[in-house]
Amino acid sequence: MVNSRYIDSLTPEVSKDTRSGFGEGLLQAGQANDDIVALCADLTGSLKMGGFKNAFPERFFQVGIAEANMMGVAAGMTIGGKIPFTGTFANFSTGRVYDQIRQSIAYSGKNVKICASHAGLTLGEDGATHQILEDMGMMSMLPHMTVICTADFEQTRQATLAVAQHEGPVYLRFGRPKVPVFMRADAPFEIGKAQVLTEGNDVTIVATGHLVWEAMLASQALLDRGVRAEVINVHTIKPLDGQTILDSVKRTGCVVVAEEHQRIGGLGSMVAQLLAEHHPTPMRQVAVEDSFGESGTPAQLMEKYGLNAKAIEAKVEDVMRFAGTVA
Amino acid sequence: MEQQALNQMATQVRRDIVRMVHGAASGHPGGSLGCADLITLLYFEVMGIDPSAFDMDGREEDLFFLSNGHISPVWYSVLSRRGYFPVEELATFRKLNTRLQGHPATEEGLPGIRIASGSLGQGLSAAIGAAQVKKLNGESTWVFSLHGDGELQEGQIWEAAMYAPHHGVDNLISFVDCNGQQIDGSTDDVMNLGDLAGKWAAFNWHVLTCDGHDFDALRNAIAKAKENRGTGRPTVVLMKTEMGKGVDFMEGTHEWHGIAPNDDQLASALAQLTSGLDDY
Repeated sequence: MVNSRYIDSLTPEVSKDTRSGFGEGLLQAGQANDDIVALCADLTGSLKMGGFKNAFPERFFQVGIAEANMMGVAAGMTIGGKIPFTGTFANFSTGRVYDQIRQSIAYSGKNVKICASHAGLTLGEDGATHQILEDMGMMSMLPHMTVICTADFEQTRQATLAVAQHEGPVYLRFGRPKVPVFMRADAPFEIGKAQVLTEGNDVTIVATGHLVWEAMLASQALLDRGVRAEVINVHTIKPLDGQTILDSVKRTGCVVVAEEHQRIGGLGSMVAQLLAEHHPTPMRQVAVEDSFGESGTPAQLMEKYGLNAKAIEAKVEDVMRFAGTVA
Repeated sequence: MEQQALNQMATQVRRDIVRMVHGAASGHPGGSLGCADLITLLYFEVMGIDPSAFDMDGREEDLFFLSNGHISPVWYSVLSRRGYFPVEELATFRKLNTRLQGHPATEEGLPGIRIASGSLGQGLSAAIGAAQVKKLNGESTWVFSLHGDGELQEGQIWEAAMYAPHHGVDNLISFVDCNGQQIDGSTDDVMNLGDLAGKWAAFNWHVLTCDGHDFDALRNAIAKAKENRGTGRPTVVLMKTEMGKGVDFMEGTHEWHGIAPNDDQLASALAQLTSGLDDY
């Protein structure tokens, strides 16, 4: 049963990149609040920040190829009441500047929104130097940090508006390729509240980011075989909505967690911790198996590294067999 | 502030520094003693501040950023003596459950601190961001920052240095504590900083030099730096200091960068520092 609060159609006609949802959300947030400022490290076009830059040139700060300084300047800009949004690729938003984020933003409790595009393998041809797969883990480990990973254009736009209202540091992760726009523009979105997109009692599929649509495709294919999957879109990695996940697995008895991230340290690790403490449940992960990425088209990479609907279906069959719910 | 009163206060701050580091049996006395004159002057004479109504935003106030956070003892002493928090709290420095963490932090809510520092090289970026917001908010206030000379080996400093004049940040005055020392030895030996004045000038900053232990020289440098508002470029003051200033056996050596005096050394230090004010 597809939840119509979130999804109108399982055959969406439009595909857009999530980064464009960020660009549109940033512009709208800037129109609503004069205190919003934006900083970018020489990737204004890639981050789709041009709309904000053109509308509010006095509130847009080009920092050049100097991400460490960008994080520090953003932290300083919170002093005096501004709400800075930084924009660069996910790799340069996290690993490159971890200590700056740790000390000047997270430990200092600064209201900085770290907005990260081109996350994961779907960056594509640029290869592993740019395809960060560890970022959600790094950011989730930081006290005070909220971590969000959005599923499509509309959700990224909504999330951008939501983080503008949220007090405290946020890591907002999105991507490069065009993917189906399947979430309703007026879907309820609340930071920290997972969304049950389809209801089912046979297996829970917990997914985030680009893998949410793949999970939806998988759930349809599984339905054809008589397996009713409950797909949960966990757009907020931290704080994790443990209750929604536990409520589901208590009914289904098994779970697959799907993310465009390393299997260590991401959503899968967090769900495993949750289940181990509160309700031990057979679980499988759809994630990158402790390796770097490589060059290729996004679709080729997702196929090779096992991060698509087909891979989710296979893990569902595996975990259901392990749980003893199918022969 | 009267010269004599400033001297008294700076001397008392030095007494506080050695007593705090002795009490914690750890900390960084050398650089703290070397910057006691500047930070005392800034907080007791130069900066427009309201210690009784501290808030994070500091609107319509001058702001100070300590980038070389390990010299926290001197900052804590000056903040408490200026009225940000009770001087008795200096006794808790570096002890469990204290607001006076080893390096400055906001986590425990110590009034006067607006961002954590300690991991070096980050404070200039923060000071620049705060200065830009003051411009956006239409303020005519100033932002001051302090950096160690060894700290200038961090790359982020030079990213920030390039950024500030590009964005017309001319309401910022940054000081460099040029004591020529760092943990492993002299800056010349560890990683030669070369022509610092030339480096900052090449990054399009106004560059001033002065004696960091002469209040009049510091006053003149600050007055000159303030004339640079409207030029679109910040000012750096290369401040010649002596590490350990005021305690003879700590002066001029990197040995007292990060160790505490024992009981006898404390007594000897305090005997050299007569302020006429009360200890905490």
